[in-house]
Amino acid sequence: MIRNLIAFPLLSLVVIVQSSIISQMALLAGYADLMLIILAAWALKADSSSAWLWAIIGGFMVSFVSGMPWFVDIAGYLFVVLIAQILRQRVWQAPLLAMFSVIFMGTLVMNLFALLILNLLGTPLPFGDSLGLIILPSMLLNLLFSIPVYAVVRDTAQWVSPTQEVE
Amino acid sequence: MRNLFGRSLQTTIIFLIVGGILVLAFGGYLGGASRGLGSSLVGMQTWFATRFAAIQDFLAAPRDIATLRQRNAELEAEVSRLQGQVIDLQQKVDETEILAALVDFSRANPESTYKGAAVVGRDPSPFLHYIIINRGSNDGVLRGMPVVTNQGLIGRVDAVIADAARVQLVTDPASAINIRLQNADTDAVLIGSVTGDLSLDMISQDVTVEPGDVVLTSGLGGGYPPDLIIGQVLNVRKRDFELFQQATIQPAVDFTRLEIVLIITNFRPVEIEPLVPITPP
Repeated sequence: MIRNLIAFPLLSLVVIVQSSIISQMALLAGYADLMLIILAAWALKADSSSAWLWAIIGGFMVSFVSGMPWFVDIAGYLFVVLIAQILRQRVWQAPLLAMFSVIFMGTLVMNLFALLILNLLGTPLPFGDSLGLIILPSMLLNLLFSIPVYAVVRDTAQWVSPTQEVE
Repeated sequence: MRNLFGRSLQTTIIFLIVGGILVLAFGGYLGGASRGLGSSLVGMQTWFATRFAAIQDFLAAPRDIATLRQRNAELEAEVSRLQGQVIDLQQKVDETEILAALVDFSRANPESTYKGAAVVGRDPSPFLHYIIINRGSNDGVLRGMPVVTNQGLIGRVDAVIADAARVQLVTDPASAINIRLQNADTDAVLIGSVTGDLSLDMISQDVTVEPGDVVLTSGLGGGYPPDLIIGQVLNVRKRDFELFQQATIQPAVDFTRLEIVLIITNFRPVEIEPLVPITPP
């Protein structure tokens, strides 16, 4: 229960930090997606049901603030959790490697999906510019942020649910 | 008697010697000797005083060091507090300068009514160029209201909740604004981009556009009020085989440093979609 209750204050804080701080720390035109990193780390450390719930809550919160169509964020974060659920069974001996893999694939797929949807809705976004200036820099920043975030989320998961800890 | 004579002789000799020395001194003959003697004495005095001070410092040092450390800590705390105050005051000065510029702008443009708002966030998606401001429907902010700074147009309100609103910047890739080139006296369309650069499209090939031309909103389409400054033409691309010229724009506003903005609250965008003819299938 506490695992799900803690999602509301924690993910609200993540949205605030993302919107007010992380969005200003740009590399070229891209920046890190703190929500994606948190959800990836949580999905690798916590139990399955809470990770899906967290992805839906986080997706709704981000889409409330963002001008992006609401389903893009929710679908993207659910996909991140899906990859994490698949990889945690296969790469359980090396959690950081699993984290990097989830971040890499999650960022790539989520940004490509957002790019596709925006182009379909009439926003002219050239693929080359978007890839070079947004997607790849965002991926690099996500990978850099994933190391400290993973440590924090691992401790939080251990704190709220000691029996769920799987190393 | 003999003893008395001996004492008188001694006294006389002493007086003579003292008198002689005084005469020599007044005559200036003892200057070198007295300087040498004086410097030797001063040297000795200095040597003793220095050693004494060193011994005194050595004996009193532990007490002084503790006092000095305590004083140092107090002063460091004081310096930290004052540095905090300086940063705080500098922030207030910066805010006051921005507010003063905005007040000047609103006085210079009395035809519009303004509501100030602070920028509290940016869109979490890097594909979109939106900002979040701390004024919403409780303050009379409505969707479509233009948002400006004292330097020029920055965008328009895209979504509103009770105490906040989201503003689509003119640099957003989905933004398209009808503009007027002041010097060339022609209309064009300003479009944003994924990098935040602004460019002009749909400039007629017949028109001469020069770098430095001022770009203003035209008011066409009813989305924005006319004559809001957007920027200046940076360079022009004219190709004979294309229908229109293109130009890149240097925006008047620094979009990376938006802190306080003004919402034009007496402007309502005109909804022209019902007037657009629908092509039959």
